[in-house]
Amino acid sequence: MDLRSRASAWDRKYSPYLYISPFFILFAIVGLFPLLYTVWVAAHDWDLIMGQGEFVGFENFTHILGQRAFWISLRNTLSIFILSTGPQVLFAIVIAYMLDAHLRAKTFWRMGVLLPYVVTPVAVALIFGNLFAERFGLVNSALETIGLNPVGWQSDSLASHIAIATMVNFRWTGYNALIFLAAMQAIPRDLYEQAEIDGAGRVRQFLSVTVPMLRPTIIFVVITSTIGGLQIFDEPRMYDHSGRGGSDGQWRTMTLYLYELGWTRSDFGRASAVAVLLFLLIVAIGIINFMITRRIATADGARQAPPTRAGRRAAGRARGKKLSRKEAAR
Amino acid sequence: MTAAAPIAPVDEQADSGRTLGRNRRRRSSPGGAQRRPGFIIYGCLAAVVLGGLFPLWWSALIGSHHATILSQTSFPWWPGGNFFANAATVMDTVPFWRATLNSIIVSTTTAFSVVIFSTLAGYAFAKLRFKGSGPLLVFVIATMAVPTQLGVVPLYQVMARLGWTGELTAVIVPALVTAFGVFWMTQYLRQAIPDELIEAATVDGCNMIRTFYHVCLPAARPAAAMLFLFTFVMNWTNFFWPFIVLGPSNPTLPVALQQLQAAHFVDYSLVLTGATLATVPLLILFVFTGRQLVSGIMQGAVKA
Repeated sequence: MDLRSRASAWDRKYSPYLYISPFFILFAIVGLFPLLYTVWVAAHDWDLIMGQGEFVGFENFTHILGQRAFWISLRNTLSIFILSTGPQVLFAIVIAYMLDAHLRAKTFWRMGVLLPYVVTPVAVALIFGNLFAERFGLVNSALETIGLNPVGWQSDSLASHIAIATMVNFRWTGYNALIFLAAMQAIPRDLYEQAEIDGAGRVRQFLSVTVPMLRPTIIFVVITSTIGGLQIFDEPRMYDHSGRGGSDGQWRTMTLYLYELGWTRSDFGRASAVAVLLFLLIVAIGIINFMITRRIATADGARQAPPTRAGRRAAGRARGKKLSRKEAAR
Repeated sequence: MTAAAPIAPVDEQADSGRTLGRNRRRRSSPGGAQRRPGFIIYGCLAAVVLGGLFPLWWSALIGSHHATILSQTSFPWWPGGNFFANAATVMDTVPFWRATLNSIIVSTTTAFSVVIFSTLAGYAFAKLRFKGSGPLLVFVIATMAVPTQLGVVPLYQVMARLGWTGELTAVIVPALVTAFGVFWMTQYLRQAIPDELIEAATVDGCNMIRTFYHVCLPAARPAAAMLFLFTFVMNWTNFFWPFIVLGPSNPTLPVALQQLQAAHFVDYSLVLTGATLATVPLLILFVFTGRQLVSGIMQGAVKA
């Protein structure tokens, strides 16, 4: 083999690795290594300034798990997450349904709902912090005008979670609506025709055709918002000027708690322990999501009439089994 | 909304009665929407868009007054004349121009880098055969679900060791690649480049990098532009990591806003002037590129 063709063979064989290597090398250094090393830091006494101290095993974890502040931050994180994801998916689907109509100036409306996405969360939090201010805030003034009592948007835990969830929803609802819109446009139109022939009205069509066909997209959106939503930091950090998550930690989330331990109290060991716990929480919720998804998928498979007689019989048996189990439970 | 409601049902009925024939025609066209929107739909959508605009309008409005306006009994519905005075105070309090420049530097650099590295890797995964490409791509996809933000403590230690804390490098380097970018370009290039084109280039004597340059890059342009925009917005709006690693003298815009709030939390007008000023650049960008962002989200179901 002459030199030239050998060089070309090398080129062909190794170039792909060269092209993918920047991603893998950089990801290993700035993504994977820090994540794994967090576990090591969590197993030590470790100060922001002084650096590595003694090996303490699980002591950081047991300390954190014994703190009331930790459990409150867990509660706040989950509460804000549920208050943001649920309404967001619901509204996004409704907005997508409206955008799916035969609109004039389509692009204008689509851009219109997406606009809040480009506003930085810090600015969003500052603006909504003003709107939800307990004294002289627009929301409370409006409530008083219509004869209701003002709400303690900062002093009350649930109210503060609603305020923070509103900030998240403000930024992401339109974005998710466009994802749902794309999925809606992929639904075969003859399904609607079929439903219309069967006498289904618009609402009925929406509930029995649109929503079930969107299920995979709903799962996708929920999973992606789980990963980001459980790490929420910007909005609760900026909701008031002290940034400590409220006078009594009523809206201190886990990431805020992590930050406070690490950079206010200089305790990197315990901050890392919180990071590991939060990681496990995200994995656990991911697994639950996955299991629900599979459950739904298999339930779907059973509901669609099995094509063969054997299949039908198997489905019948499964149904029978479920019944008898229910009876046994009684 | 309340004004539109009484008119809407009438219009709807008239509409559906009038257009029965047209409806039928439309339905035969594949993919065409079969519903004709009435006033209700336009009214609701207008309410959604206005709901998205209102907080921004409110921010500019309060930013144009003195903070005392908030404690008055009636709300100000028209802008006052104090915006520029407030803006001057904002710029005295925090290094606003520095922060803007920093945000531009960080967002542009990372967007370029993500696009280049993702296009290279995406091309390799989509069009080149090499051992281990399947498992490696699965690895890339799996890392999209990994919350790398949770590695902040060691990442901070690395930056401190390198002496990069307070420097923009500390913000830029961790954002140079994203798993999402690689996945996005792989998906796109898979259907955008016919295999014959690559073969033809090889037959013509192009080596690998020349083939990449002449065949892949032109084809990648639309997806690369969208990836650039998403990465730009993501880094412009990012707060957590820059807040940790950058000092008060060298902030990005969100970090500067945090400093402003810490300094002037009693003066909402000043704080909201800052919020408005920090939002305007991206609103301008959005006017020109919003169309691409919309189609990017609808094509790829992107999530930052």
